[in-house]
Amino acid sequence: MRIAALLLLLLISALPLRAQDEEVVLGLSQNRVAITASFDGSEILVFGAVKRQTPIPETPMEVIITVAGPDGPVTLHRKARKAGIWVNADTVRIDRAPSFYAVATTGPLGKILSQTEDLRHEVSIPRAVRSVGVSEFVADPGNFTEALIRIREDEGVYQQLEGAVTFDQQTLFRTKITLPSNLTEGSYPTRIFLTRDGRVVSHFETVIDVRKVGLERWLFALSKNQPVVYGILSLVIAVVAGWLASAVFRWFRS
Amino acid sequence: MTIYLPIAEVSVNAYLLLGIGGLVGVLSGMFGVGGGFLITPLLFFVGIPPAVAVATSANQIVASSVSALFAHLRRKSVDFQMGSVLLIGGLVGSALGIFIFNMLKAIGQVDLLVQLCYVIFLGIIGALMFVESLNAIRRAKRAGPATPRTRHRNWAHKMPFKMRFRVSGLYISVIPPFLVGAAVGMLGAIMGVGGGFIMVPAMIYLLHMPTKVVVGTSLFQIIFVAAFTTMLHAITNQTVDMALAVLLLLGGVIGAQAGTWIGARMKAEQLRILLAALVLLVCGKIALDLLLTPSELYTIGD
Repeated sequence: MRIAALLLLLLISALPLRAQDEEVVLGLSQNRVAITASFDGSEILVFGAVKRQTPIPETPMEVIITVAGPDGPVTLHRKARKAGIWVNADTVRIDRAPSFYAVATTGPLGKILSQTEDLRHEVSIPRAVRSVGVSEFVADPGNFTEALIRIREDEGVYQQLEGAVTFDQQTLFRTKITLPSNLTEGSYPTRIFLTRDGRVVSHFETVIDVRKVGLERWLFALSKNQPVVYGILSLVIAVVAGWLASAVFRWFRS
Repeated sequence: MTIYLPIAEVSVNAYLLLGIGGLVGVLSGMFGVGGGFLITPLLFFVGIPPAVAVATSANQIVASSVSALFAHLRRKSVDFQMGSVLLIGGLVGSALGIFIFNMLKAIGQVDLLVQLCYVIFLGIIGALMFVESLNAIRRAKRAGPATPRTRHRNWAHKMPFKMRFRVSGLYISVIPPFLVGAAVGMLGAIMGVGGGFIMVPAMIYLLHMPTKVVVGTSLFQIIFVAAFTTMLHAITNQTVDMALAVLLLLGGVIGAQAGTWIGARMKAEQLRILLAALVLLVCGKIALDLLLTPSELYTIGD
């Protein structure tokens, strides 16, 4: 019994040691994305290398890179036909879903990452959208989560990029992540997983900062902090523009 | 050229927004409607979130209405007395409408009510106006040009608190215009529009005001209702996007001037039949959305 416990202890202490055998060294083309008035999406290059103290093991290593946007709750409505017209019949609130999510890999995600590791690290898109605690008012909450993923994948906000990571000599990896133009500001956690036989060998996390700058920043802050001033300013602009257009036209005609 | 909108958090083609603003501005100047019933669905279509679209279109309506009103002021086709009475009624009605709206929101299904309101009111008003102006055009063809307007004597003349509305050439009680203003204000608050498309026909058919005065007077009233709505949205939801509003109103104010110019050169019956056709078109689109099976049953709410 005691020996067994000792063995277990040894095993546990050995795990982090083994993990440190192969480590991620990461580079990002940019760790800040500035949203200006002319912002039209952005492309981020994620690249890096695997640092090793030991020779490369036989079984090939795989790389998974995820970029997630700020998350929040999402409400989904489902329409149904009632008395001949389509109405929102069922509503489900999903606790937490990222506003953006991209997962790029060296191969098919199901092959290179085991179910348990996926559950633990929340890597695949369905895992990143947390649907626990979905309201029990509908019989099929799973359909709502699927619908959310389907809609956001169509919009290009959720991206599953299998095989998009190039991995040279089991050492150097790189991929491009395209950020869409309808980006929400906030911190974008970026994670890199090194896997072997479906197990995560090592992982690394960093943050890409997405911020509005200049006029965009100023307007956004004003609307939140001084809503009355913002409202009045909007109206003044509207009235002045209306009057100005009228005056200009009269000048042209006379 | 695309532009990133700070509140809507999407990037949209700037010329497209100028075009939408311009189109709605033309309608505003021609018919005296704010265009809220048209601009909001158009903005949805471009990909602006619904809450931002509703709030920002109210701001744009202020701009195009001011622009068009100045054009009408020059033509002296604004009845300030009538406009003020309608406005007082309108504000009372708006307050009542917001109260009803919040009550329905608590029960749920407010979206459905708004859509049904659109279909019913746009349908009835569009159909009535269409038939009436068609008859008027036929009559005008048969009887030759300019049959003199018959003096209407109806219930509006029998009530107390009579007032002389000089610009409109009416001597009626203030109660009917007040009630019209209140009813339109209430519907406007529930449907999230200025209510011009209900106000204009109501002024023509219920109050028997001359068509040329109706447009300017309606605009005068809409400015205040839309300004009130803008402030309300800016304070409670922070959904007014100033960058979006500026692009829309740049197109809008120019369009409004062009619309006034076109409107002044058209016969009243033609003007009315065009507005009727437009109202029916929007009504049909919303009705189809309710009746046809949607391609995606699920929608993401806010």
